[in-house]
Amino acid sequence: MGYQLNFAPVWRDFDLLLSGLALGIGMAIVSVLLVGNLIGLVAAFAMTSKHPVLRRVAGIYVTTIRNLPIYFLMLVAFFVLPQQLGVRIDKVHAFVGTLSIYAGAYLTEVYRGALLALPKGLREAGLAIGMTEGQTRIWVIVPVMLRNALPALSNNFISLFKDTSVAAAIAVPELTFYARQINNNTFRVIEVWSVCSLMYVAACYLIAAGLRLAERRLAIPH
Amino acid sequence: MSQPVLEIPVLEILGLHKKFKEIEVLKGVDLSMATGDVVSIIGSSGSGKTTMLRCVNLLEDFQQGSIRIDGEEIGYTAAPERRRRKESEIARQRSMTGMVFQQFNLFPHMTALGNVTLGLLKVKKLPKAEATAIAEKWLERVGMAERRNHFPGQLSGGQQQRVAIARAIAMNPKVMLFDEVTSALDPELVNEVLNVIKSLAADGMTMLLVTHEMKFAYEVSRRVVFMNQGRIEEQGAPEQVFRNPQSTRLAEFLKNAKF
Amino acid sequence: MDFTRFFSDLYTARFALLEGIGMTLIISGIAIVLGTLLGIGVALSLVYGGRVQRFIVRTFLEYVRGTPVFVLILACYYLLSTVIQLTPFQAGLIALTVFCSSHVGENLRGALLALPKGQTEAAKAIGLTFPQTFAYVLAPQALRQALPAWINTAAELVKASTLLAVIGVVELMLTTRQIIALKPRPLEFYFLAGLVYFLICFSIERLGRAVERRIALPS
Repeated sequence: MGYQLNFAPVWRDFDLLLSGLALGIGMAIVSVLLVGNLIGLVAAFAMTSKHPVLRRVAGIYVTTIRNLPIYFLMLVAFFVLPQQLGVRIDKVHAFVGTLSIYAGAYLTEVYRGALLALPKGLREAGLAIGMTEGQTRIWVIVPVMLRNALPALSNNFISLFKDTSVAAAIAVPELTFYARQINNNTFRVIEVWSVCSLMYVAACYLIAAGLRLAERRLAIPH
Repeated sequence: MSQPVLEIPVLEILGLHKKFKEIEVLKGVDLSMATGDVVSIIGSSGSGKTTMLRCVNLLEDFQQGSIRIDGEEIGYTAAPERRRRKESEIARQRSMTGMVFQQFNLFPHMTALGNVTLGLLKVKKLPKAEATAIAEKWLERVGMAERRNHFPGQLSGGQQQRVAIARAIAMNPKVMLFDEVTSALDPELVNEVLNVIKSLAADGMTMLLVTHEMKFAYEVSRRVVFMNQGRIEEQGAPEQVFRNPQSTRLAEFLKNAKF
Repeated sequence: MDFTRFFSDLYTARFALLEGIGMTLIISGIAIVLGTLLGIGVALSLVYGGRVQRFIVRTFLEYVRGTPVFVLILACYYLLSTVIQLTPFQAGLIALTVFCSSHVGENLRGALLALPKGQTEAAKAIGLTFPQTFAYVLAPQALRQALPAWINTAAELVKASTLLAVIGVVELMLTTRQIIALKPRPLEFYFLAGLVYFLICFSIERLGRAVERRIALPS
């Protein structure tokens, strides 16, 4: 029995796929760029601080999350926690929260590496002109550190964006979810999955190109 | 009958002791400077000279002794209490000194002008126009006015160090601290920096310099201090210290330094 | 949390759990082995292959790397189970193997390219053939360089195995859900599953670092 390639059923619902991709990108932006970055910065400073308690807590957070699967964390956030706490939680919110915490652990390592790579004299120069530790951090340390961390940040963002596909398993209406739906309705297996993966590949490529552009724009002239 | 006015030394270090882990790095240092003094500290590595300099602006802490700038106790409250001061107070005290580092440590993400104005804007909280005017004046003074919009990555070592000097001096410090500021420079760039320092000294800036450049120390200083193993071994006028060393170790050091 | 009841439930479920953990380890293990072999092939094609070969492999590689592992798993499952009648286990294994090979291939390629050209030149100068050069000079250095990334890939693979639950492979995640359906203690059993995953991944990391230290060149 021959298999005739027929993309029509896929194109008919292409708008669904596109909306799913948009949701995926949106969730990635909120979880990773916004919340994840914040968590990562705070935890990175905590891990390199003088207070052993802060270092411990941040260290435990990073080690624990990095050794757990995102699928596992998502199920805990969506099924177990609401039941235990007695609240109902929206699936998109549950996933965004999970991905934020997940991303935070990875970004902490990125920022910690960037912090440790800074020359010691940079902080001292800030202190020497009379700025407090806090001022030095805001105006000197973080701007330089962020620029150094950009390549690693980009890589992590793309990887975490791909992880948004896992949300489909709890029926979050993102790209993979719709692809699966179309697959189950039309059985156009080759067509739908090749389009789906192509969309991810294209999205990753565009995001990478965009981030490279940002890197060049933000680069310090030398 | 009027009493004679006693001039408070602009910098006074009394009985400074510092331990690093278990090793005593400073074993009781006393030093006094009046306004306009230019004091050079010489000595071999490990003598504690850089550590002492870094204690003055609290980049290093110290366990015993006191440092006063214009009579104010730096870093810790007076004995017998001896508490470390609040971070915000220490930050304010640091702005009374200006430090120029061996590795320049310019802020790479800001232009030369940005580097010099940062302290004026964020620490002294001056309005932008005033900060820029002061910064430009000092950049002009160190000969870097033309490169005010260049980034450190676009400047040579000597140029960076001159901007670093402008950055420190623009804060109008009471004492300028120089930590081996030419050691990391290529030989041909050393002179442009030394000349700037000489001209600032001539203008009456109070300076404490740690340096390896013996000839420069001889030419610019009012007083030279020789440190050895955490203590001041000898100090005096450059003529005295360089031409007529009293201690054998100083003589040895000068011989090795080929002065 | 009622500990004694939990422990009795745990005891009842012990075989299912062990099977689930076993499945996780087995499928990850096979995927790592096959994926590494395939990945070595990918790296070799990319570094030493001809233009056409490199183009084809590079295209496939970019395609696989740009696709989330979950999509790979679903695609393999739906495609292969309808076309060739593969079981979920087999389809999942293929997906994980392909995923692994893409990471291993890219890392090894990077490691090989990072070797200074002088190494090949020195080997040629003493008369080694290319296969000898590769075996005795290049590969040992590249493998040392690529080891940390490989350890990371292994851990990622174990974490990706959780997604096989969605296509019906009875690994630890699916087992946990099945157990909870019968003995409703979601918090306890999920906590246990999390602990197992943490221990597996953490051990992989630790083992990896120990191996790294063992094979490190004295400096």
